[in-house]
Amino acid sequence: MTSGVTTAADTELRERIRRTLRSQKQRTITVLSSLLAVQHEIKYVPEVAIEETAHFIKGATINDVWSVASFYTNFRFTPPGDHTVEVCWGPSCHIKGAQHVLRAVQSELGLDREGETSDGKFTLRYNTCLGACAHAPVIAIDHVHHGRITPDSAVRHVKQARSKPAPGH
Amino acid sequence: MTAPFEQLKTRAQQRWNELTAGALPWIRVGGGVSGEAAGAHEVTLALNKAIEKANRRANVTRVGMLGLCYAEPLVDVQLPGGDRIFYANVTPEKAAEIVQTHIAHGVPEASLAFAQVPAPGGSGLAGVPDLNDLPTMKRQVRIATRNSGHIDPRDLLQYVANGGYAALDKALTGMTPAQVLDEVKNSGLRGRGGAAFPTGTKWSFLAGNKSPVKYILCNCEEGDPGAFNDKGVLESDPHTLLEGLILAGYATTSSNGVIFIRQGHEEPIEAARKAVQDAYDAGLLGKNILGSNFSYDVEVALTGDSYVAGEETALMEAIEGKRSMPRYRPPFPAQAGLWQKPSNINNVKTLSYVPQIIANGGAWFKGVGTPGSAGTAILCITGEIQRPGMYELPMGMTIREVLNQIAGGPPAGKRIKVLQTGGPLGGVLGESDFDVQIDFDAMSKTGAILGSGGIIVGSDDVNVVDLTRNLVAFNQFESCGKCFPCRLGTTHMVEVLDRICQNKARAGDRELMERIGQSMKVGSLCGHGQLGYNPILSAFKYFAAEFDELVKDHKGPVGAFADGTMIVPTRTRP
Repeated sequence: MTSGVTTAADTELRERIRRTLRSQKQRTITVLSSLLAVQHEIKYVPEVAIEETAHFIKGATINDVWSVASFYTNFRFTPPGDHTVEVCWGPSCHIKGAQHVLRAVQSELGLDREGETSDGKFTLRYNTCLGACAHAPVIAIDHVHHGRITPDSAVRHVKQARSKPAPGH
Repeated sequence: MTAPFEQLKTRAQQRWNELTAGALPWIRVGGGVSGEAAGAHEVTLALNKAIEKANRRANVTRVGMLGLCYAEPLVDVQLPGGDRIFYANVTPEKAAEIVQTHIAHGVPEASLAFAQVPAPGGSGLAGVPDLNDLPTMKRQVRIATRNSGHIDPRDLLQYVANGGYAALDKALTGMTPAQVLDEVKNSGLRGRGGAAFPTGTKWSFLAGNKSPVKYILCNCEEGDPGAFNDKGVLESDPHTLLEGLILAGYATTSSNGVIFIRQGHEEPIEAARKAVQDAYDAGLLGKNILGSNFSYDVEVALTGDSYVAGEETALMEAIEGKRSMPRYRPPFPAQAGLWQKPSNINNVKTLSYVPQIIANGGAWFKGVGTPGSAGTAILCITGEIQRPGMYELPMGMTIREVLNQIAGGPPAGKRIKVLQTGGPLGGVLGESDFDVQIDFDAMSKTGAILGSGGIIVGSDDVNVVDLTRNLVAFNQFESCGKCFPCRLGTTHMVEVLDRICQNKARAGDRELMERIGQSMKVGSLCGHGQLGYNPILSAFKYFAAEFDELVKDHKGPVGAFADGTMIVPTRTRP
């Protein structure tokens, strides 16, 4: 949250957001494209990014930017965990036992809903469709898909991720 | 043929000859999201390692998805000028064996092989079936997916070597825009995004508008769980879509095209971006395409997670950078669409048929399929079935034929009880209607829809009320919130279904859902609310007894867990 003091880290983050906004290459640049670019680069949308996007897009207010950011369910406003575990709950996966996979992953992570583990190692997300329905049930860890998963193999994949550094480090 | 295209073709042919009959073996690994989920990445690593260990060299390429998902990871090896030998369900260990026999010793091992495409004039490898004789391939008519799994989607030249952009060249050199439009009208092509509207008619609304800026928007916001054919075509053969998009632009005298994809699907996004860039570099996009008077620009636009963004007016809102909520109509997109300019929205698959329609003529396309539904259906068959996959089949086969003859029927010892078709706004289908033809109109008559082509198969193990709850929970999660009958109706219906599954049904719950569904239908602006009740309505039609068991007789709970609960996301739109 905003406090009165601006640290060096705040300034650096703001600069990084500005660079990200400016470096969009496509022809059509909008509030949404800007927010997507920020989340792609920083892995979440910090509060200053809302402000910066409103400055960057002509005619956009902070309200406009919030309205878009709060609508699309992929946007998040706090840093994610080191690893992201996505479990598909679409109907193909549902029929093939996704609920048991979800429960097993929840219990491995000590979570009872989507969100971050207290040690900041993992983010758990339920995905409406990971797109590899022929291999249901499907999970994705750090955006790598694993198909024909069982509760046990899902837990195994999570454990493997636990011992690895966060992607990009 | 234009001179620029002739030069491109010559280069493409050289490239193809190098790959298929050059100095090195060509190994194609079936990739895409589906291949990856099956382990294609690990298999590619193992292949490369084994090749290095054997001190050999080979071209190892990640191609797109052939569609035979049950056989993934799928690898095929072609020695220079030789047969293509396919290996199925390849593990890293099997990859090493393949390299040892086929690459190091130069002799394919028939016992390891799954199928083959013999070299022209050759008889192939004894004891290995021809790929095109496999039950999953034999009846396919591959038009939009003709290159899927055969070429590198990142290589424009491979597309051109297989006949790509010849239709565009043909149109630009010998056909007027009106003639291209007529060809599409005559083909009987109908939209593959779900609404099945005649494509030629849709295009003619745009062609008639004289505005200098007009858009064709290609919808790849494939949100339907259980359908992966849009992403499949895009990640396997992006140029077939792009050529279709440019032809659509020519036929309607438009100025701009936009390919619309959800962020997060990296492979299709990268494939689309590279295809667009390569097409610009080759003179297939931009000013004076192939030296003609026609100029056209295409860009890739990304969206965030929102199922409703696939609705045509919501899609335009998303491209404009706003919340993807549907607009009021009129004005219709062909009058005032993206940025208030005349626009047409076409699905990926619809556009991907167009190059072959122009190359072979509209009458040829109309000759495939049924009188009312010309061409093919690109079906994604998943769930409890022996051979899940993506199959491009002529319209007119019955669902039962597709399930049993193509997809291999249910797993041993099980019986197919229920199908979920056309996405979560579609519905469920019971056995009494399994003999319905795959055809837009025949399917609609059952109350189900063909929609985008997803067919999810459930056996007797599936409780239909629980499946319905899953579908309605999706519709609730994805409601954009603009129309309150949809926003509140879906929420209320999930509550009711939840208590039914948990054995806490109240008298009148069925009637209550009917009332809510009716309000949603009349009180919602777009298909999401209008059709959001379909899963329940269709489940009542075929599986009323299963509801009665829970609502009247309290024979629950049902679902994955003993208490009848279901885990669903808690993030909602504010």
